Amino acid sequence: MLTKRLVPCLDVQEGRVVKGVQFVELRDAGDPVELADYYDREGADELVFLDISASHEGRKTMVDVVREVAGTLAIPFTVGGGINSVADMRQILRAGADKVSLNTAAVKDPALISEGSDFFGSQCIVVAIDAKWDEALQSWRVYTHGGRRETDLEVTDWAEEVVQRGAGEILLTSMDQDGAKTGYDLALTRAVNAAVSVPVIASGGAGSLQDFADVFLEAGADAALAASVFHYKETAVSEVKEELRKQGVNVR
Amino acid sequence: MIGIVDYGMGNLYSVSKALERLNTPYVLTEDVEKLAATDGLILPGVGSFNDAMTILREKNLDDMLKQAVKDGKPLLGICLGMQLLFSESEENGFTKGLDFLPGKVRRFSGQTRAGIRYKVPHMGWNLLQYRQPAHPLLEDTAEGHVYFVHSYVVHVDTAEVVVATADYDGDVPAVVGRNHVFGTQFHPEKSSNLGMQMLNNYVAYVKERQVQMSDSL
Repeated sequence: MLTKRLVPCLDVQEGRVVKGVQFVELRDAGDPVELADYYDREGADELVFLDISASHEGRKTMVDVVREVAGTLAIPFTVGGGINSVADMRQILRAGADKVSLNTAAVKDPALISEGSDFFGSQCIVVAIDAKWDEALQSWRVYTHGGRRETDLEVTDWAEEVVQRGAGEILLTSMDQDGAKTGYDLALTRAVNAAVSVPVIASGGAGSLQDFADVFLEAGADAALAASVFHYKETAVSEVKEELRKQGVNVR
Repeated sequence: MIGIVDYGMGNLYSVSKALERLNTPYVLTEDVEKLAATDGLILPGVGSFNDAMTILREKNLDDMLKQAVKDGKPLLGICLGMQLLFSESEENGFTKGLDFLPGKVRRFSGQTRAGIRYKVPHMGWNLLQYRQPAHPLLEDTAEGHVYFVHSYVVHVDTAEVVVATADYDGDVPAVVGRNHVFGTQFHPEKSSNLGMQMLNNYVAYVKERQVQMSDSL
């Protein structure tokens, strides 16, 4: 049986991991390669690197980071942030990433999803969706530009569209829950999961061990992404897995 | 020397990096002559079966592979590369494969017999069940999890070629092989220690076979 995946997410700025792991004796806590290796040993199933560099130089540095990580890491990893064209995708995938994640660029130009999927295969095209509940409209709306801009897209409609266009996986972030550490948005995850045929990675809100169990058992997520709870060792990946096993969730 | 067949499909870089970690010399090329001069081949690949066969034919790599297998040279297909080893695929109608192993490639239906929907692609870590535990690729390993990403699955004509399976709406052939032709549906280069051990086993098999072949000359 396929296992549920735990996915630590690392923010990279100008080639360095920021807000990285705070708790272990690492030679260099900002070194993406060392951190990737640490999470591999911890039992992480996949990694996501999010490039938050604003500069052109930072973007170029990211390609080197990807190449270095790919040279040592023996588990899959996804790269997101600043990928705006098929040429960007090619550069990152050629450098050794297994998947690329599109967010704002996919909303601006949905054809990019199918172009990428036709060219590289849908298995390496992840579409990231930032979702926020709209009380007036009584629905989740898609946000872009790192959550700063609201669109007129409804989340489950958009999710269906991106899959139809060739997305192989959806990385779904709840902006309402992100950073709150009170649990994943189960209703949102359930709604998107029911709407699409591809795997859904839930993101935003992980705080306790139970939060992980809930998103798998209650919302049917295929994978759970988290950043700060892993980096600050409020919960280690291995600890989360042990708890999941106890509750009957199939993990590696 | 291992030859990685570079036909422009998929993540060749991670396969070559995995060989570097194993201190194994390799060439990554589409050059038929250079590949023919190696001791064993790896056929990687992700993407479309039809596109892959078209490129292999255009570059005469299909003939090179057929000759290599005929000559007794070891071959390991990974992911799409494994599917290409079989007779045919129903992707985009019908495409003939390399036909080293008997079987057909079909898309996962996305629905169980009981009518329950399941996710396609089959993406993530799944548990291997060994069907031929004594197979050279499985040496010094125990049944564990490996990383899969695929939407199509092989339906073998004979169970004899199935070395290990994983359960995803039925038995998915995960390691296949007959004589010196092997394939893994999962990505050994992305499957942590277990995957690396299997790659290492393949490299060891190639070396051993090379000794045997030179002895018999």
